[in-house]
Amino acid sequence: MDGPSATEREAGDAEQHVPGHAEAGVIATRGLTKRYRGGQLAVDGLDLTVPAGSVFGFLGPNGSGKTTTIRMLMGLIEPTAGTARVLGRPMPRAARAVLPEVGALIEGPALYGFLSGRDNLLRYDAADPTADPRTRSARVAAALDRVGLAAAAGKKARAYSLGMKQRLGLAAALLQPRRLLVLDEPTNGLDPQGMREIRALIRELAADGTTVFLSSHLLDEIEQVCTHAAVMAQGRLVTQGAVADLAAGARGRLVVTTPDPAEAARVLKEQGVADVTADGDRVTGEPPARDLAEVNAALVTAGVRVRGFALERASLEDAFVALTGEGFDVAS
Amino acid sequence: MSRAETDPLSEKGPGSEAAPAPRAAPGAEAAVASAVRRPSPLWTFGLLRSELVTTVRRWRTLALLGVLAVVPVLVGIAVKIETRGGGSADHGGQGPAFISQITNNGLFLVFTALAATLPFFLPMAVGVVAGDAIAGEAGAGTLRYLLVAPAGRTRLLLTKYATVTAFCLLATLVVAVSALIVGALLFPLGDLTTISGTRISFAEGLGRALLIALVVALSLVGVAALGLFVSTLTNSGIAAMATTVGLLTTVQILDQIPQLHALQPYFFSHYWLSFADLMRDPVYWDDLQKNLGLQALYAAVFGTAAWARFTAKDISA
Repeated sequence: MDGPSATEREAGDAEQHVPGHAEAGVIATRGLTKRYRGGQLAVDGLDLTVPAGSVFGFLGPNGSGKTTTIRMLMGLIEPTAGTARVLGRPMPRAARAVLPEVGALIEGPALYGFLSGRDNLLRYDAADPTADPRTRSARVAAALDRVGLAAAAGKKARAYSLGMKQRLGLAAALLQPRRLLVLDEPTNGLDPQGMREIRALIRELAADGTTVFLSSHLLDEIEQVCTHAAVMAQGRLVTQGAVADLAAGARGRLVVTTPDPAEAARVLKEQGVADVTADGDRVTGEPPARDLAEVNAALVTAGVRVRGFALERASLEDAFVALTGEGFDVAS
Repeated sequence: MSRAETDPLSEKGPGSEAAPAPRAAPGAEAAVASAVRRPSPLWTFGLLRSELVTTVRRWRTLALLGVLAVVPVLVGIAVKIETRGGGSADHGGQGPAFISQITNNGLFLVFTALAATLPFFLPMAVGVVAGDAIAGEAGAGTLRYLLVAPAGRTRLLLTKYATVTAFCLLATLVVAVSALIVGALLFPLGDLTTISGTRISFAEGLGRALLIALVVALSLVGVAALGLFVSTLTNSGIAAMATTVGLLTTVQILDQIPQLHALQPYFFSHYWLSFADLMRDPVYWDDLQKNLGLQALYAAVFGTAAWARFTAKDISA
């Protein structure tokens, strides 16, 4: 698969970069809106831009409109308003040209239980009119091998565990060389080892130049593999950008470990530390603008026994909570 | 296809691949890439092949065909037992058409079996397969993966309809072949008498039997289109199957109510048993033509409705 796939991708890129054609992002939506029958606004004026070559994390609480967005991008749902362009072409109008170059895992795998894993992939491949039947079995075998299912290929999909089904779903997305992979919760149902393998696979694919659009509810997963991220809440896009910038947007917290928390809290407030909270021997607060060495010196001068003095870097989760004002798994 | 449209260079063969791709591998690899990048129009039938194979590999399909194969066996054995004493199976015109002739010629078991299964067993089997066609895929979630493959909505629907139509033929042939085998085993074969009283050779009788099987299969394409339309309305395969079979039964009942005689010529089942006219000499074509015309009308109306529904539907399952 490797030799032809590399050639294929380069040729595909050459074809896409027609002179005068501005690449506005692998996925670009403008004012994308979906209102379901009954008036529920699932997605509200979404302006999303996924840069080429990025691993793009798509975050949001359950019910925030992530899946509806993905379904609109894949041409499964017609937008109520706005436009979506995938690989530079309008969706769903250009679905037949765009989708052969897109691999997708949407809301978990769906398989024919009475068919073997291999036969499931053969069927999905046959559904693609641009897939060469002469290389079909070889490509299916390569995809199974890539997700670690080669040994279970002949087993009926009904007998697969959730993790194996997830892998088979991923294999279906990898049947052809793709320019874009849309993966909705790809590590769902996998054990920690399986999660590591899939993350390694995503990094490997990204290194080959495939853009990966990854929705996940696992923030550390997004932090580990994604270069860019977008956050949705209640159908709206809250923010998007490089993961490093997003995390930097949320300020870290000063953490003082001490057996004298009450005294420490008083001194920290004097030193301009805002939002001071004491929890056991941990006193935390928003760091002031001044040099932290002076804050530490003030604590020691006041007789506070300082056991630990640290600045905890903001995580994406802090950024998320700051942006949405709620816990991550809260359905809205 | 669309790739070929956007990249005319790829039409020129392997050599020209090097031009658009700056670091394209020479020789064999470039040839492979070019082959990969130029989809043949024939590849579109890969889905139909997959669909046919997948349908007959379902346990449910095999069970339906099994039931259909058993009906002629039961009819054959019943007639054999009934006539053991040398009597006739004719109870004053009771029972399916041609049943009184079976003891004289086993070939008539084919006609009897088709007449016995056409009102219910055959259309029920077709209704189950047609009703499940789209709704079953939606219920299992596989529909979204077929569509992002991308199967194309019109292409998928046409493939499904072609498969259901093929199943109509397969189901009918299962009944006919099973009846022919049972008839040959239990009863004598030979020249036969048509409804009009003329004698035709066994070979011509076989030809007529094949023609009748074809007409019976075509009689089912209306139900197939109806089932496919119902299938686009729901995400539950079971609900679609039940609705289709329910509609089938309702129409059959309504066809028996004399007060509805003005409507009855428009019921898809109204002219079903006209296939018996193929056993007249000369063949009486009027009702046969009405039947086939009605089936074509149902296929057109419900096929269009299914297409309109399916191509505009939000796939949320």
